[in-house]
Amino acid sequence: MEAVTQAATWYNAAYLITGILFILGLKYMSSPKTARFGNRLSMTGMLVALVATFAQGVVQWPVIIGGLVVGAAVGIYFGRAVKMTAMPQMVAIFNGCGGGAASLVAMGELMKTLATANGSALPFDFTITTMLTAAIGALSFSGSIIAFLKLQELMTGRPITYPGQQVVNALVLLGILYCAVMVIINGPDVLLHFGIALALALLLGILFVLPIGGADMPVVISLLNSFTGLAAALTGFVLNNNVLIISGALVGASGTLLTLLMGKAMNRSVTNVLFGAFGAVQSSGGGASGGSGAEVRSVSADDTAALLAYASQVIIVPGYGMAVAQAQHSIRELEDLLEKRGVEVKYAIHPVAGRMPGHMNVLLAEANVPYTSLYDMDDINPEFERTAVALVVGANDVTNPAARNDKSSPIYGMPILNVDKAENVIVLKRSMKSGFAGIDNPLYEDPKTAMLFGDAKKSIDAVNNSLKQL
Amino acid sequence: MTDHLLTEITVFILAVFVGIEVIGRVPSTLHTPLMSATNAIHGIVLVGAILVAGLQFAPLGSVVGFILIVLASLNVFGGYTVTERMLAMFRPRPIVAKKDD
Repeated sequence: MEAVTQAATWYNAAYLITGILFILGLKYMSSPKTARFGNRLSMTGMLVALVATFAQGVVQWPVIIGGLVVGAAVGIYFGRAVKMTAMPQMVAIFNGCGGGAASLVAMGELMKTLATANGSALPFDFTITTMLTAAIGALSFSGSIIAFLKLQELMTGRPITYPGQQVVNALVLLGILYCAVMVIINGPDVLLHFGIALALALLLGILFVLPIGGADMPVVISLLNSFTGLAAALTGFVLNNNVLIISGALVGASGTLLTLLMGKAMNRSVTNVLFGAFGAVQSSGGGASGGSGAEVRSVSADDTAALLAYASQVIIVPGYGMAVAQAQHSIRELEDLLEKRGVEVKYAIHPVAGRMPGHMNVLLAEANVPYTSLYDMDDINPEFERTAVALVVGANDVTNPAARNDKSSPIYGMPILNVDKAENVIVLKRSMKSGFAGIDNPLYEDPKTAMLFGDAKKSIDAVNNSLKQL
Repeated sequence: MTDHLLTEITVFILAVFVGIEVIGRVPSTLHTPLMSATNAIHGIVLVGAILVAGLQFAPLGSVVGFILIVLASLNVFGGYTVTERMLAMFRPRPIVAKKDD
């Protein structure tokens, strides 16, 4: 007995080191300079935990090694192959895997405990944490898969709604609660009720993400991340393992913070994002202002080049449209050409640009844009007044002045980039189609705005060519 | 509720506060790598997976156990791979001398 306790102390000490390395790793992420070191610390922490776990009497080596090799090979392959534009769905799918794993761990522990309990009642501490782990993990698993399918455009990104949706969701939730209570109070057929609760939680994950539109995915992904974190923490309660509790809590906190941040950036409560089915009814709010019939002014690539070349400062406002057109490398070239002429170039990044928090920064970093040129909304907004040209590339709703001054607009109150304060605005756009939220943008009818129609990458390349000849 | 559960809840709550403190300092430019890094960290559930599927008594059986290990290790290895890849791309402004040629 003495030897066993001593060994357990060693494992727990190793797990403590893991916890510390995870916290330090996240701490080093407070600056792009040290972030990579932080990630290495975090990896080291994971390795320490795995070694400490292997030393605890693992005997099913074929299953463990086989699973590790397959998981690592597939994970590393896709991790390397994935395009930066597809990063949100990749994170979603890895997140789902973690949720699914937490759920199965809970199921395994329940079966183990039932087998050794010989009919005696299971402790309350155990049943409640096991049930919660399984339900939250399963919800995160199926929800992440739907988020993946939506982002990968394997299914429509539009909200999927039907009458009585909330009622159906509430009924499923009630079903889960009923079964969960039966498990927690040690009612009859614990395993059966557990299984039904698990199946219903999987169903709820699907139903819960279906009505959420593609534009709201940054919120959903952050939220699902925090769910899996919570599930991992609860696994720690089930297994009496502090490192799982600590790590899961860290992730849960991070996911929750980012979720709230995204909600704030869209001026919408998280509840509204999750249950509002935003963008499903675009005919009511948007159509009214669209009928004004004002002409939009279009501009050629050559004129754009001339305007940019003699500007003192240019602010580029990238949106997801830029990423879709793969225009980031051309934009980087444009930045170089302008800077050679002594033009100051800055990038204005809206918090919800892209499909997950900070996504646009990663896309620009990939194109070698230094992170020191990227500015947050609050830092760049006062700059527009001093800016000769604001170049909007594939961004729409985040530049819509209606958010500031049209109370009837569905996005009224959402913080936006004040591009309309710049002396000139050039908007690169494929056509006059409205943005993800399906709302008209009065910026395009502003007299100082000119539209450069066409594929963003081709347009920027054309501007670059004429800049070279100037 | 036992003392043991209460201790675990204490650990959980303190870790949440640490998380909020540490993560609140991460700049928005790093939010995607942050999310992917924390995503990899919840892959720690692999520890639980090994304890459930790897010991002498493995209640889930080899097939489900194998799936469990694959899921958890996908989370760990995939998460760290994409985080590392993204962070490698973040560079400060290049040295100005290069522009003079």
